[in-house]
Amino acid sequence: MRAALAQASLIRHRARTILAVLGVAVAAAMLLDMVMLATGMRESFRELLLSRGFEIRLAPKGTLPFDTDATIPGVSAIIATLRKNPDIREISPVLGASIHVLTGNRDVSGSALGINPSVQGDYELLSGRDVTTSDALVASDHLLRQLVARVGDTLNVATGYDPQTRTYSGQRKLVVTGRVRFIYGATDQSSAAMRRETLEGMNPQSRDRASLFMVRVRSGADAEQVRDWIDKQLPDVTAISIATAIAQVDERLSYFRQLALILGAVSLFVGFLLVTTLVTVSVNERVGEIAVMRAIGVSRSHVVEQIVLEGVAISLAGAVLGLALGLVTARYLNTILSAFPGLPMAIDFFLFQPRAAWSALGLLIVSSIGAGIYPAWRAASLPIAESLRREAIA
Amino acid sequence: MSAVTEFPLVSLREVRRDYALGAERVHALQGVTLDVERGDYVAIVGPSGCGKSTLLNLIGVIDQPTSGTVAIEGRRVEAMSDREATQFRLRNIGFVFQRFYLMPILSALENVALPMAEAKVPKVERLHRATELLKYVGLGNRERHRPSELSGGEQQRVAIARALANGPTLLLADEPTGELDARTGTEIISLFQRLNNDGTTLVVVTHDEDLASAARRKIHMRDGRVVDA
Repeated sequence: MRAALAQASLIRHRARTILAVLGVAVAAAMLLDMVMLATGMRESFRELLLSRGFEIRLAPKGTLPFDTDATIPGVSAIIATLRKNPDIREISPVLGASIHVLTGNRDVSGSALGINPSVQGDYELLSGRDVTTSDALVASDHLLRQLVARVGDTLNVATGYDPQTRTYSGQRKLVVTGRVRFIYGATDQSSAAMRRETLEGMNPQSRDRASLFMVRVRSGADAEQVRDWIDKQLPDVTAISIATAIAQVDERLSYFRQLALILGAVSLFVGFLLVTTLVTVSVNERVGEIAVMRAIGVSRSHVVEQIVLEGVAISLAGAVLGLALGLVTARYLNTILSAFPGLPMAIDFFLFQPRAAWSALGLLIVSSIGAGIYPAWRAASLPIAESLRREAIA
Repeated sequence: MSAVTEFPLVSLREVRRDYALGAERVHALQGVTLDVERGDYVAIVGPSGCGKSTLLNLIGVIDQPTSGTVAIEGRRVEAMSDREATQFRLRNIGFVFQRFYLMPILSALENVALPMAEAKVPKVERLHRATELLKYVGLGNRERHRPSELSGGEQQRVAIARALANGPTLLLADEPTGELDARTGTEIISLFQRLNNDGTTLVVVTHDEDLASAARRKIHMRDGRVVDA
């Protein structure tokens, strides 16, 4: 009967109920978006790092991967050292370099990765075939568009350019064998990849050097323990595990996250105030009705339950609508933010994580229940005779 | 052998009720002593502001005396907690108000069933009893109508059926014909007489001479005092 009364009461003031639901929906959507934003980049980054199953990265001492042009010497020796640890399953040395692709009288510059195609974790092949031969090259769509080239074309690629003499060094003809998507690359980045030996051959100074090692550990092994072991064995490199990388990202994004959490808290408070206002207005209008219910023997707690149920119904409807609204706006905002220059295209700013989303919406509903309890209890506790007398005078 | 009770159904002794009205203190009741026996039909009459409704509120356990004692069925009202008073009203007292005060969002049947739902009467039973009560008050064909779809007299009859829902020992009515035309008022007076004849104890506050004359006993009040019982 209480549920029916609550439902009927909401239907009685249809326009007000709809507006209240919309208000809660907007607050819920904003709360959801802020929760997604606060944790989304971090989780997205973690998923990105884990996407190819490499748990540890080795960068030149004191740097982050590809933060500088610095390289690590002695690739063969490092691989030999790493192979001593039975928990290390695969090692993928990556050499980074700038390239110039000469086409007609144009020079399109970009970046190239020298990799071992059997253990690489930097790109996904979209079409064509991988760099199985020393004269093969795979390229991003952005680079191919800039070159007006396609799979099968032969490109004249150089690794160096001297602006004084206007000459290119390390030139080599390479055949585009495939289109790829670079996992850590930005949408507007002109990138290519070739075998590491090919890139080393074009730039002899980088022989037996790598910009980065990606290490895959054995299933069930503790990546942190492996990282500690590498730190001890190879003091000239920085070993970065996923946890370390995320901690560094967390540090860099802390202001961003705090802002999102503050805005989320504001949304929650707005939702709370909205339901409090609505319930207060509703009970003030129904003081006489509530007094009559009490007079005919309806208990105070049942009156409160009925009024709180109205708040809960509004919050639930608002939360469901807000969930949909939040996901739509998050998707739209994500599209805008992901197009920001220089960001890995696989990074999501707004990542839907069910647990965080349910927690946020649950918090909104709980706070709405709390918001309804006080005005409802206050109304149910008014002196019955006095309320009836005032109602009669009114 | 019929059961004999030692105490009247309603017993008030030297009851005073004061209100704060701004800085002033209003003495609504000034030492009222009154008994109402089971099966009685009492009309409380007097000029506006003489304390009739205050007296009815005390008998109906929706207010507490400032001093003195109020006992209904031998139970002291001033000693009851809010929870006890609520349960007492639910089981023992039926209220009829001048303005009916039906729940506008519920049908006539649902309004009558409401106190029974609160008393945890099973749904089938309460709907059956609500239907019977609506028939008793002559509204067997108006079960599904909402208050806004009923005339004033019909609304008051629904309110009377609601007041009877849990089989109260005492039915209280505050100006029950106050909002009705003469013909409809007469119907309500007849209904009250039928209720009293069927064993319901009634206490009615009224300005309506016809309603007061229909009662077995008239109590005149003035300035917070019973002047003629």
